[in-house]
Amino acid sequence: MTRERLFNTALMAGLLAIPLWAWATDEPFTITLATRVAILALAGVGLNIALGLGGLVSLGHAAFFGIGGYAMGILASHAQSYAPLAEWPFLIEGTKSMPVIWIAAILASGLAALIIGALSLRTTGVYFIMITLAFGQMLYFFSISWPAYGGEDGLSIYVRNGFPGLNTLDPIQFFAICFALLAAALWLNARLSASPFGLALNAARQAPHRVETVGLSPFRLRLTAFVISGAITGLAGALFADLNRFVSPTMFSWQTSGEIMVFVILGGVGRLYGPVAGAALFITLEHVLGGLSEFWHIYLGLLLLLVVLFARGGLIGLIAGRQAAHD
Amino acid sequence: MTLLLFIEQVLNGLQFGVMLFLMAAGLTLVFGVMGLINLAHGSLFMVGAFAAAAVAGWSGSFVLALIAALAAAAAAGALVELLVIRRLYDRDHLDQVLATFALILIFSEGTRYLFGSFPLFLDIPDYLSGPVTLPGGILYPTYRLALIVAGLAIAAALFLLISRTRLGIQIRAGEADREMIAALGVDISKLYTIVFALGAALAGLAGALVGALQSVQVGMGEPVLILAFVVIVIGGIGSIKGALIGALMVGLTDTLGGVLLPELFRLFMDNSAAQASGSALSSMLIYILMAVVLIWRPQGLFGARA
Repeated sequence: MTRERLFNTALMAGLLAIPLWAWATDEPFTITLATRVAILALAGVGLNIALGLGGLVSLGHAAFFGIGGYAMGILASHAQSYAPLAEWPFLIEGTKSMPVIWIAAILASGLAALIIGALSLRTTGVYFIMITLAFGQMLYFFSISWPAYGGEDGLSIYVRNGFPGLNTLDPIQFFAICFALLAAALWLNARLSASPFGLALNAARQAPHRVETVGLSPFRLRLTAFVISGAITGLAGALFADLNRFVSPTMFSWQTSGEIMVFVILGGVGRLYGPVAGAALFITLEHVLGGLSEFWHIYLGLLLLLVVLFARGGLIGLIAGRQAAHD
Repeated sequence: MTLLLFIEQVLNGLQFGVMLFLMAAGLTLVFGVMGLINLAHGSLFMVGAFAAAAVAGWSGSFVLALIAALAAAAAAGALVELLVIRRLYDRDHLDQVLATFALILIFSEGTRYLFGSFPLFLDIPDYLSGPVTLPGGILYPTYRLALIVAGLAIAAALFLLISRTRLGIQIRAGEADREMIAALGVDISKLYTIVFALGAALAGLAGALVGALQSVQVGMGEPVLILAFVVIVIGGIGSIKGALIGALMVGLTDTLGGVLLPELFRLFMDNSAAQASGSALSSMLIYILMAVVLIWRPQGLFGARA
């Protein structure tokens, strides 16, 4: 077992053990913190598929996070008011069922990723960064100025959506759902990177011309990765909205995109468990530093700066040493 | 909509456009010469606005406030370049994005720490307040007109600087081939610091000038930064001419779209629906413009390289 593997196992065991311990000692706030870690890590896993595997520096993943959030908000608010979402061409009712909401969030954010990706992937490098950022802002301003679903004020859901057989209002059960989805996404990510698709995508990142020469299309590979990436981040958005029982345009803001990227980098780019380590570190810092100083973002900024300038492998890089893998 | 109102909106769009140009010029220079994407450019805009508001509050002079904005933003830019940015030139764009994102956090929270969370106000000086009558009987705020004139003058000065001076030659040579001009004896790291401070000073000036129209507060730079990104993506990264034309396009599209689209929708919708969908669509209009330009020319209107 390598050091990285050992660390990953400890990380996941810790993420599971801390809320269980908090549940035993009746500290629901700690469970909520762990749930946030799991959800934000899931968003990071989504971004990591585009960023780590595909080399696509997307600064607009808040778009998918927000679409997932609004998919939940819109469906649940229609269920709440008993007004159907659409009556034509066929009747679409609102719903309070999590699995249905997840599918809607995945489809909606995947479709958005397909459109945004198809346009943005015509460009590379710094253009791509700016364009994804701009598309995120476009949705942000749209969500502010479109009055039907709360506009600037956002949208509140009174009761958390349900999952068959579970009581989602119980913090530990909701955590279990989020943790299970995170584990599933990590498994999917691992399968993807080992699959022929993942290998081709990795090759397209390192040597696009060679990939083209053997008859593969880097554009299609990247677009596929971008859609999978957006869909997973969208699912995280739906869970995040469910955690807070509230959706607002903030989910679309560029700071959200920046933070999702920070999770990936703090943990270590291209590492399977990087987003989990990064999100855990971020939430811990927010909790600890936020308790010490109102201006904790200064320390976060300094830490991030130090990580980027001097510790390029992130947290996992520090612990497990330089990337042993093919790069 | 009357013609007079339309002309007034065109002027507003121009005013917005030239201010965006001041932001975009620094970004596009820094990218063109150093190959660096700088998210913290919006923080320099904010630094300029806060320096101006502080000095104006202390001295009461608008001119001193503008000088303070230029000086503070240039100094902050030079400092950041020396401490952080120069370590990033050889890094990939991801590292640059993250390090400058970290700088935003530090700048924003640092400013909040120094000045508090409440917005400051920067007053328009007496000699520029009130309206001026333009030919055709249009009443237009003097200050906004002064911004258009000042912005166009700075744009002209920048073009002269780039095309006619020794520094301009070095900047253009630096864009083309940095090893070669270093071999010819130009101190490249000094040149980089100067270019970065110049871009910062322009952003700080824009912050101070715009700060008198709106409130001066933490986080005011980032929305402008993102618009400036749209501008340089449309204009082509590295091109000053592209930045000017892109900025005017974005300024006019945004301003006119906000006024004309609800009017247009009113032709076939009822009033409130037209207002809602018109303003929702107009808030997305510049991004749609950007998407259209990119489909047509992925490297931007005046971009040499992709």
